[in-house]
Amino acid sequence: MSTPVIGVLALQGDVREHLTALAAADAVARPVRRPEELAEVDGLVLPGGESTTISKLAVLFGVMEPLRARVRGGMPVYGTCAGMIMLADKILDPRSGQETIGGIDMIVRRNAFGRQNESFEAAVDVRGVTGDPVEGVFIRAPWVESVGAGAEVLAEHEGHIVAVRQGNALATSFHPELTGDHRVHALFVDMVRANRTPESL
Amino acid sequence: MSTTDNQAPETGTARVKRGMAEQLKGGVIMDVVTPEQAKIAEDAGAVAVMALERVPADIRKDGGVARMSDPDMIEGIIEAVSIPVMAKSRIGHFVEAQVLQSLGVDYIDESEVLTPADEVNHSDKWSFTTPFVCGATNLGEALRRIAEGAAMIRSKGEAGTGNVVEAVRHLRQIKNEIARLRGFDNHELYAAAKELRAPYELVKEVAELGKLPVVLFSAGGVATPADAALMRQLGAEGVFVGSGIFKSGDPAKRAAAIVKATTFYDDPKIVADASRNLGEAMVGINCDTLPETERYANRGW
Repeated sequence: MSTPVIGVLALQGDVREHLTALAAADAVARPVRRPEELAEVDGLVLPGGESTTISKLAVLFGVMEPLRARVRGGMPVYGTCAGMIMLADKILDPRSGQETIGGIDMIVRRNAFGRQNESFEAAVDVRGVTGDPVEGVFIRAPWVESVGAGAEVLAEHEGHIVAVRQGNALATSFHPELTGDHRVHALFVDMVRANRTPESL
Repeated sequence: MSTTDNQAPETGTARVKRGMAEQLKGGVIMDVVTPEQAKIAEDAGAVAVMALERVPADIRKDGGVARMSDPDMIEGIIEAVSIPVMAKSRIGHFVEAQVLQSLGVDYIDESEVLTPADEVNHSDKWSFTTPFVCGATNLGEALRRIAEGAAMIRSKGEAGTGNVVEAVRHLRQIKNEIARLRGFDNHELYAAAKELRAPYELVKEVAELGKLPVVLFSAGGVATPADAALMRQLGAEGVFVGSGIFKSGDPAKRAAAIVKATTFYDDPKIVADASRNLGEAMVGINCDTLPETERYANRGW
């Protein structure tokens, strides 16, 4: 079986760290900024960054609709922090005109853990990731207020939902790409592999 | 749940501070002086705003001592937008930095644009929870700031001139010095550290990584979409735009255009489209006619 090709939406944010993490998890990783680049990948990571900026650029450069279509079509997708916000069906307090891709039946609160002074690191147990807890790096991080019936909660921190999966869509409030621990990316690469070859499940 | 979940969450770690800057990459940070300007910047797609009382071009024009901005003004901007808000302290004025931290700004810029408070020492940035960005004209200066705890570096350029020549000079200098280190063997790195007046451990780290251990933006003179794309192609991971936006004829349009050109810096067609019909750019100053005392880049040690 050939190696899965996974894109990282490269409009803005910590793209390089995700490319490195995906490569370490045995995927072919490449940046995606245009619709034609999106068409060539088996899965996509929505990186950390500023969700308002990424959303605006996605609309402006015509990738928002193709993104929605591919996510609806079942392309595996993983969002961290701003990427989690992009995957939410609903944002609690959107900026005017802020659009999301959607894909996970959840309501997300932006910057829920506070401003940069309150950004923190904490160990997080993530369902589906074996071994030690994941080092959670939370930077002006969102949390998930509530999820619908179809979404599975994978992790909580102090009573707040910080990791969710619904079908082929995965989202975390924190940034595994900043830690050098690639287990969450490996989990996502497995999701992409499984999606490419359903018979191997 | 494992026992590690009981460990208290840790704030202000190097990873959280440097990681914050990683989230800003590929973006534009804009100087703003009012909540209204902050909203224009946010709507244009800025990744953060720098809250200050006067943009550098006006600081130049007005003269006198430039200090930290009024807390009311900074809080007004924090209230107005959801993107991160940065603010400037004077070099070595750690009390201004303490005040900015207490206001909840997301990043402190220990900036040469303000009048230095200490001509020998910069602030000890490790002692803060809030991360710092500092300016640098060369690699040694960048590494000294990182040694003091800076979590992000910006090449200085010459703020308030609308002239990109110094920004290019400083970014090229930093990149060239990094490339030079890559070619050194272990024996040579000790002498390089001495020459750079920077800690050996950091010099070694840069030689191995081929880049700074923190995010590197460009600042000081970016006035057009093509300027922003130039700095990105030269290796800046993002750009600060100070006077260039709100000293221009149509700030909202120019701000959005600079954001586009920063993302698609390597696509001349998009940079061309972004450059169309922007109205008047800021007038600009020729840096070679600036007297030494008015060169902000010389401040910092």
